[in-house]
Amino acid sequence: MTRRVGIEISRAIGEAVKLANVDVVASYPITPQTHIVEHIAELVADGELDAAYIPVESEHSAMSACLGASAVGARAFTASAGQGLELMHEVLYVASSMRLPVVMAVANRALSAPLSVWGDHSDAMAVRDTGWIQIFTENGQEVIDNVLCAFRIGEDQRVLLPVMVHLDGFHLSHMIEPIYMPEQSEVDNFIPPYQHPLPLDPDKPVTMGAFAPPFIYSETKKAQEVNLTAAKEVILQCWEEFGSIFQRYYHPVETYRSEDAEILLLTMGSFGETAMIAIDAIRKAGKNVGLVKLRLWRPFPFTEMPRFSLCWTGPFPLADLRDQFAQRLRQPYIMKTRSQR
Amino acid sequence: MSKPEGELTWKDLKIGSIVTEPGNASQYQTGAWRSQRRSLDIKRCIKCGICYIFCPEGCIEQNDEGYFEANLFYCKGCGICACECPTEAITMGEEE
Repeated sequence: MTRRVGIEISRAIGEAVKLANVDVVASYPITPQTHIVEHIAELVADGELDAAYIPVESEHSAMSACLGASAVGARAFTASAGQGLELMHEVLYVASSMRLPVVMAVANRALSAPLSVWGDHSDAMAVRDTGWIQIFTENGQEVIDNVLCAFRIGEDQRVLLPVMVHLDGFHLSHMIEPIYMPEQSEVDNFIPPYQHPLPLDPDKPVTMGAFAPPFIYSETKKAQEVNLTAAKEVILQCWEEFGSIFQRYYHPVETYRSEDAEILLLTMGSFGETAMIAIDAIRKAGKNVGLVKLRLWRPFPFTEMPRFSLCWTGPFPLADLRDQFAQRLRQPYIMKTRSQR
Repeated sequence: MSKPEGELTWKDLKIGSIVTEPGNASQYQTGAWRSQRRSLDIKRCIKCGICYIFCPEGCIEQNDEGYFEANLFYCKGCGICACECPTEAITMGEEE
C-alpha cells in the first residue's frame, strides 16, 4: 500500500531518489541549492541509501561528476537551480551529446541581477536548447512521480538522454504537501536497472566525447535531434504505464475547462493550480475562460499543442511574470505552428 | 571504421559518437594541416634527439642510420624542431 505523508517537497525528492536506488549524487550544497541534496546527504550518511555522495566545489563540477558516474553505468542524480544551473550550462550540452541519462531536479529560480532566489522560469528557459528532456510539474505529487519517471525515460535504451524535472522554486521546493510515496517494490518493478550500451570499461575500452571533424559533428547532432524527438513516444508510454500502476496520469499538454473557452490561459509549473482557482472564479462571474498547461517542454509537443492554437483566433494570454519571459515561451511554438499553416 | 569517415551518416554513428576502436586517432592525417615542410641536413645533424623530444606531435622517429626523421603523415609543420635544433640542421620550407 502506498503511504500518504506530509513532507517538504525538496525532502520528498530525496526520498524518491532513495526509492530509485541511485548510485551517485554529486552536488554543490549551498544556495541556490535546495533541501533536495541536503536530505540525500542525510540518507547516505545514515546508511539508508547506498550511494556515493560527492560534495563538489561548484555546479560545473557537480554535473561533470555525474557524467563520469553515468558513463561507467552508475545511476546519477543531482539538483540545481538559478545561477547554479547557469554555472553548469556548458556541461549540460556534454551530458545530452554524450547520451548520458543523468536526472536532475531543477527548483526554478530567477537569474541575477538583481540577486533573487525566488521562483521564476528564467533558468529553465536558458537551458531549453541543451538537448535535455524537460518536464514541468505543478505540485509535490507531480514532482515525485516525474522524478521516478525521469529515471525510466532517460535510461530507456531508445532514449539515453538526461532529464530535468522542473519544480518552481519556493512555490513547490519549500512547501510541505501531502504526497503518496510509492513502495520500494513498486519502484523496483517500475524502473529497470540502468545499462549503458557502451560504458567506460577497462576490459573493453571506449572513448567518449572525442574530437570530431565538422561532418561527424553535424551527423552526431542530427542523431541527437532525431533521438530527442523520438523520445516523446517513450515518454508517453512511460506516463501511460505509470498511470496504469499508480492511477495518476500525465500528458504533454493538459487542459482545464478549455472546451468552450473564449479565452485560454497558458501556464507551466505551479501557476497551473493558481490559474484553475482563478478560472473557477472568473467563470462564476460569467466569462468563459479555460486553461492549457504545458508539461513537456522538451521535446516540445508539436502535435499536441497546436490542437489548442492552430484553429484558435481569440486572445491567448500567457501567464508569466514579465513580457520578455512570455516571448521566450511563445517564440518556439509560434514559429513552428506558423510554418505548419 | 567500416566506412571512410567522410561517408558516415548519423545512422552509422555509435550512440553519442563513442569511439570503440582504441587508438584510431592514428588514422587521422594531421599532416594535411601542414603549410611548412621540414627538411634535415644530415651533414649538420649530430643525432642528439632533441627534435625527437620536443616534437609535440610525437611524429619523429630514428631511422636505421640513426637520423631523426619526421613522419609526414602526422607532421603539422609547426617548426619547433627547427627552432630547437642546436646545429641548425633542420630548416622549414614552404609546403607545395
